[in-house]
Amino acid sequence: MAFKTIIEDDIDILVAGAGLGGTGAAFEARYWGQNKKIVIAEKANIMRSGAVSQGLYAINCYMGTRFGENNPEDHVRYARIDLMGMVREDLLFDMARHVDSTVHQFEEWGLPLMRDPKTGAYQREGRWQIMIHGESYKPIVADAAKKSADKVFNRICVTHLLMDESNPNRVAGAVGFNVRTGNYHVFKSKTVICGAGGASNIFKPRSVGEGAGRVWYAPWSSGSAYGLMIGAGAKMTQMENRIVLARFKDGYGPVGAYFLHLKTYTQNGYGEEYESKWFPALEEMVGKRYLDIEASHLTHRPIPTCLRNHALINEVNAGRGPIHMVTMEAFQDPHLEEIGWHNFLGMTVGQAVLWAATDVDPKHENPELTTSEPYVMGSHATGCGAWCSGPEDVSPPEYFWGYNRMTTVEGLFGAGDAVGGTPHAFSSGSFTEGRLAAKAACQYIDDGKAEGIVVSDEQINRRKEEIYKPMEHYKVYRNEITAGSVNPNYINPRQGLDRLQKLMDEYCGGVTVSYMTNDKLLNIGLKKMKVMEEDLEKLAAENIHELLRAWELKHRHMTAEAVFQHTLFREETRWPGYYYRGDHMKVDDENWHVLTVSRRDPETGEYTMEKAPCYHLVDA
Amino acid sequence: MPTFVYMTRCDGCGQCVDICPSDILHIDPVTRRAYNIEPNMCWECLPCVKACPQNAIDVRGYADFAPLGHSVRVRRDEEKGVIAWRIIFRNGRKDMELLAPITTKPWREHIPKLADVPAPSQEMRDSHLLFNEPKYIRMDDGGLHTLKSNGLKMVAGVESY
Repeated sequence: MAFKTIIEDDIDILVAGAGLGGTGAAFEARYWGQNKKIVIAEKANIMRSGAVSQGLYAINCYMGTRFGENNPEDHVRYARIDLMGMVREDLLFDMARHVDSTVHQFEEWGLPLMRDPKTGAYQREGRWQIMIHGESYKPIVADAAKKSADKVFNRICVTHLLMDESNPNRVAGAVGFNVRTGNYHVFKSKTVICGAGGASNIFKPRSVGEGAGRVWYAPWSSGSAYGLMIGAGAKMTQMENRIVLARFKDGYGPVGAYFLHLKTYTQNGYGEEYESKWFPALEEMVGKRYLDIEASHLTHRPIPTCLRNHALINEVNAGRGPIHMVTMEAFQDPHLEEIGWHNFLGMTVGQAVLWAATDVDPKHENPELTTSEPYVMGSHATGCGAWCSGPEDVSPPEYFWGYNRMTTVEGLFGAGDAVGGTPHAFSSGSFTEGRLAAKAACQYIDDGKAEGIVVSDEQINRRKEEIYKPMEHYKVYRNEITAGSVNPNYINPRQGLDRLQKLMDEYCGGVTVSYMTNDKLLNIGLKKMKVMEEDLEKLAAENIHELLRAWELKHRHMTAEAVFQHTLFREETRWPGYYYRGDHMKVDDENWHVLTVSRRDPETGEYTMEKAPCYHLVDA
Repeated sequence: MPTFVYMTRCDGCGQCVDICPSDILHIDPVTRRAYNIEPNMCWECLPCVKACPQNAIDVRGYADFAPLGHSVRVRRDEEKGVIAWRIIFRNGRKDMELLAPITTKPWREHIPKLADVPAPSQEMRDSHLLFNEPKYIRMDDGGLHTLKSNGLKMVAGVESY
């Protein structure tokens, strides 16, 4: 192929993927490295890329220490309870103690934060959430990143990390291709901060056909955070901890503001409260440590999101669906009605489109809720991602290896979805993680840790050949058939995605099996994944756009395999409502009050799994 | 398809192509106008609609669950710093106009250029503080929370849950 090779050399900090995590990293890196070369490589256009592309109506992670609202450890306890104990509390504490300074800067830059007219404090939606007019959230933080970066490369799909040939466990940059020109881009860099996204679309979605785009997490969240890092041999954690969302049916419009601010509530198809009747059996299943109804009533201790999902799923399976969100009371107040609509327009326009199309006026009709297909990500109410070092003043020895947010690959840092064990970071926490990673990356360079990196032409050329292989493959075999998409020598990216989604759904606990799996199913699934890996060598891309989809699929596949491995490893049902291990239907604290850590050998593709201790913050 | 382009309004300027996060708005080589090449990878997120100088792009709900005949239109005005929405139901009974601010400040002006601010001291580098900290944490003179300051420690295992 006649694509040019464009080499960007002498980079100090390469930000791969600039959503909220990546923009935070690029912005902050300039402060600690005023003379350093900071470069962003982004698959789309940073002004509207990432999960916050269409905006947000709330910032879901804000402590409010300035208003005397919460301390960082309060948020850690909340995230711990919500994730049934399985979080990295050092990373969470560190994020929480810095996140307010991020939010205060956002306000200074022009992001409209609502204020409570009585107290003057930010308008709370819930204990951790503040309300914003965030349609332009992404353009505002992207401007901050642009002010700090030396160069922004939009429309570069990063496919692989470059590795140092003098130290195979040290990063040396990244490679990818321009989705417009097709040119091959090589970024030689001392450090890489991976800000790429989590994974939508790896489990078969409820929607069919055209509606497959109306996934809860953005359809362009292709698991590249995991694909890139797993491919480089970085250790991952909690990849089994996929998330299922209870949302408005079909549109997946958010429910946070509805529950917390509008005080709407749920009931079954027959107008009955249903949640509490599932709790006694659930208490048995998970143990009182994780669900104690009496204590929850007395202390307002939150009930984990997954357990509330469990009640919804079971009520529907018992034949008393659909579940409704009772909006008809709140929406009689015109102010609350307006908030309800703004909430969608600010972050999930598709839900407003759907209600307009189906004449659902929540003032006169209670809309339906459903549980979504599973998603694999690390910044919302779940914590998939890389096994990263914490800060030295907080982290116990097992969690600390020199640089904050550095993965187990030297010089490779993470932010947002890329960092494992840090749920409930959301937008502001992801940006904050990017800032923390940027400072640490500058320290790593200043400490001389990035000296003597060797990248040979052989590595660069090998990756180039690999990247364009789907186009070559198409060219070679296309004319063996008359026309159409059925070819005995290749599959196209859409066909591959369909296969992955079906496989994940049926063997790894997707929506059509009510999130159920077991060791037998997982082992079959893993075999099929290996065969699919062989077929991915025969992916065909007709053009550059399909090449983008081909590499997104490869990243999704790599992510999905890790999900399988982790799900098989953890022999318990830790998060009923997210997924069930039918062969181990209970929480097993004796054996599994630990974090799961994996590594895929980049040479052989073999996985090794281990348990890591789960530390909790307690009063000294 | 979720977003689509009106033939008579599009002039092929490519603003939507430039902004689409999913890389699905492309210019048709025959008509020289933009179109949605992959509706099942469209999120109905609308940066394309907002970016179009001709108001040529609109959204029609996903065919697998949204009936025809509705309208959700938007005008994003950067100069005034507001966004205006109009939602019309399929049955015509609801016709709502909603307005929201999108910024409170002139664009970009209040974002600091960190290359030009005073460089951090060695003490600052050795600390756990980030830019603008500790001040911006509480907007006062308080310091950074630590395990020590908050009377905490980390203990492994289920007993400490």
